[in-house]
Amino acid sequence: MQEEHIINLVNVSKDYNGTEALNNINLYIRKNEFLTLLGPSGCGKTTTLRIIGGFEEPSTGDVLFNGVRINDLPPYKRKVNTVFQKYALFPHMNVYENVAFGLKIKKMDKKVIDQKVRNILALVNLAGYEKRDIDSLSGGQQQRVAIARALVNEPEVLLLDEPLGALDLKLRQEMQIELKNMQKRLGITFVYVTHDQEEALSMSDTIVVMKEGTIQQIGTPIDIYNEPKNAFVADFIGESNIIDGIMLRDYLVKFAGLEFECVDRGFAADEPVDVVIRPEDIQVVREADSPLKGEVKAVTFKGVHYEMLIDGNAIRWKIQSTVMAPTGAKVGLKIVPDAIHIMKKVTAQ
Amino acid sequence: MKKNWLSYPYLVWMLLFIFLPLLLVLYYSVTVRTEEGIRFTTEHFRRFLEPIYLRVLLRSLKLAFISTVLCLLLGYPMAMILAGNHFKQKNIMVFLFVVPMWMNFLLRTYAWMTLLEKKGLINTFLSWLGLSPLNLLYTEEAVVLGMVYNFLPFMVLPIYSVLSKIDKNLIEAAEDLGADSFTVFRKVIFPLSLPGVVSGITMVFMPAVTTFVISRLLGGGQFTLIGNLIEQQFLVVGDWNFGSAISMVMILVILLSIAVMSRYEKENEGGGLL
Amino acid sequence: MNRFLKKTYAALIYLFLYAPILILIIFSFNASKSRGNWAGFTFRWYLELFKDRQIMKALSNTVIVAVLSAAIATVIGTAAAIGIHNMKGLKKTAVMNLTYIPVVNPDIVTGLSLMLLFVFSNFQLGFITLLLAHITFNIPYVILSVLPKLKQLDKNLYEAALDLGATPFYAYRKVILPQIMPGVVTGLLLAFTLSVDDFVISFFTTGSGVSTLSIIIYSMARRGINPKINALSSLLFLTVLLLLIIVNIRSNNQNKKE
Repeated sequence: MQEEHIINLVNVSKDYNGTEALNNINLYIRKNEFLTLLGPSGCGKTTTLRIIGGFEEPSTGDVLFNGVRINDLPPYKRKVNTVFQKYALFPHMNVYENVAFGLKIKKMDKKVIDQKVRNILALVNLAGYEKRDIDSLSGGQQQRVAIARALVNEPEVLLLDEPLGALDLKLRQEMQIELKNMQKRLGITFVYVTHDQEEALSMSDTIVVMKEGTIQQIGTPIDIYNEPKNAFVADFIGESNIIDGIMLRDYLVKFAGLEFECVDRGFAADEPVDVVIRPEDIQVVREADSPLKGEVKAVTFKGVHYEMLIDGNAIRWKIQSTVMAPTGAKVGLKIVPDAIHIMKKVTAQ
Repeated sequence: MKKNWLSYPYLVWMLLFIFLPLLLVLYYSVTVRTEEGIRFTTEHFRRFLEPIYLRVLLRSLKLAFISTVLCLLLGYPMAMILAGNHFKQKNIMVFLFVVPMWMNFLLRTYAWMTLLEKKGLINTFLSWLGLSPLNLLYTEEAVVLGMVYNFLPFMVLPIYSVLSKIDKNLIEAAEDLGADSFTVFRKVIFPLSLPGVVSGITMVFMPAVTTFVISRLLGGGQFTLIGNLIEQQFLVVGDWNFGSAISMVMILVILLSIAVMSRYEKENEGGGLL
Repeated sequence: MNRFLKKTYAALIYLFLYAPILILIIFSFNASKSRGNWAGFTFRWYLELFKDRQIMKALSNTVIVAVLSAAIATVIGTAAAIGIHNMKGLKKTAVMNLTYIPVVNPDIVTGLSLMLLFVFSNFQLGFITLLLAHITFNIPYVILSVLPKLKQLDKNLYEAALDLGATPFYAYRKVILPQIMPGVVTGLLLAFTLSVDDFVISFFTTGSGVSTLSIIIYSMARRGINPKINALSSLLFLTVLLLLIIVNIRSNNQNKKE
């Protein structure tokens, strides 16, 4: 059976008076998946979301919804609803009126509206808050009202623009779990925008990493973490040591003055490459046990692990380990072939 | 979203009732109707250069200038007092300064007529003291008094609103660095209040130089200002061409004073009037 | 001492500002026609005022012009403010400059240029021209009252309404308008006050026996003192005071809310 694509972006570009916000985006979103657009500010993730929502029109390219082109369809005719970054709740209406806003426009029966509003408020744990003023709610509660207001319209796709950005850490983590559960239970497609890589990794089915208006990589959280396509993705998703290296031949790379076995192939002989190694993938061993030696320059306790900065072979290595070596200690560094990720140099820059 | 069309009725209105009328003034000021028809001319402007009219312009500038200086001298200390914390009901004190600004200036001017006239309160008081009554009304001083009285709030409020926004830490920092209170004023407060002073000067000078009511009521028609000249040309003499030319001169004076003032104005905050 | 000096200075300035007005009000109850001496309390001038058909006609003109011009200016100005708010760059600058012309222009120039226009286009000077002139100078003040409210608005509110299925018209009516309402009402009150207060522009743009209170006051004052003007002035003063108190309380309440 072929997968159902609810939204397709085909060669979508967008520029604002000459500044390019999106450059030839191609992306499909499967029905019922949780897709996250991830990237630093200015990468085009919000613009992409706004194009899907209908608040912006693409300069070139097409937006398809269930296979039908919707470029010119205004937002109020799309079966898509949005949770805005700062919620955009209507300040002159109470919780009930906010949530019922979309239903009233559809001229639904008053009893049906009542029932729907009550159900959705129960779903977001706000039963009994109908008459409350928006101003009297906490940030987390406003967030829930915003979600309820969007969900009550039973959209086919829910767009969320950094919806947890304004909440504190603990509440944010709780809401992450709640949102994910809600998405599973309701079976609605979620398109989620964030710059927080942890949030993206823990919630998504698919992550789209963006930078300067282009898509860098699309994949599952595990793919993206373990097999980042380039140094930018590697650096943005978690911390990385990124080192200049030369691919001597298939499965053999040279960096830090030494040759290492690796699992990558398909590069030209002696091609300069980026070598990416996660801090937790470098093992600290006795000095004698590894040809790569170094001296511990700094140690920081991070809670779960120690973070060490170790100078060795003219490179400063960042290493995370549950075992600590004290400052000044001479140690060996061991890197297994699986931990070495070889990436093509990005020459366009 | 594109909602620009909502402003189209307004744009049409303003083009019709603001832009077009000003073009008409310009048109009348440079044309003359003769038996052969209408032709362009500079004669109205040249006529304005005659001493009798230039004197009127100079008098307008002189009286407006004196009034502005008096307003500044009287108003600056008042603005400082209002901006300081001398009153429990500061809002009400400021409000009391706003009220006269919104009162019909005819009334404000008329109020002084009743005080200054020959049998008015001041002269009654003087004769009660055994002094001979003075000729107060219909003098140049009365016109200046009327201007100062009418426009003083326009000087005080902009200065007040700038002064009250000055960060108190700046003053404390200056004191901390060894400045005495006069130095603090000279080196910190006054330079920071300049934008307010500039907009105060503009707001007093402009209405003062264009008024025709104050000079008519308190000057009794003896101290013709440029505004009176315009009024007479349009409503008494009926020489619209010459009247338009004088109006163009007045617009020029206003534009010049705005240009001069905006050079001193680092940031125009306006506001603070309501 | 310093403090005492400041308070004394402030008291003198307030005396300077208010004494003439207070004396005017007090003498509006003076039985004698002379302003010099007090000859007993009377309501006579107020009664005469209300019996004066010319003044009463001017009063009704003033109120009608103020109400109509304020209402029309509010509608045109609010729509214009929304349009201007959505403009960008040079176009916005140009329109804003146009908006500032009547604010900066001397009233006498605004008045006489409108008079020229009306006469030039063979428009009979009278009530209609008076009304048109008042609308013209009121609109910019409405725009300047509404624009700040639009700037404060979360621009996502409008998008949120569209997102929930509202047409642009519905979104403006149900979401944007309630949000900018305080600015609209302030603009309306401001326009009303300015209209009641105006003399110069009315003086040039009215004709054929249509007077406003300001025009009556001017023509009477030009001929000298008249106790009826005292009575009229007192009433006008109290009206303006009342309006200002209302506007101020409103804006104070709004500031507290924010």
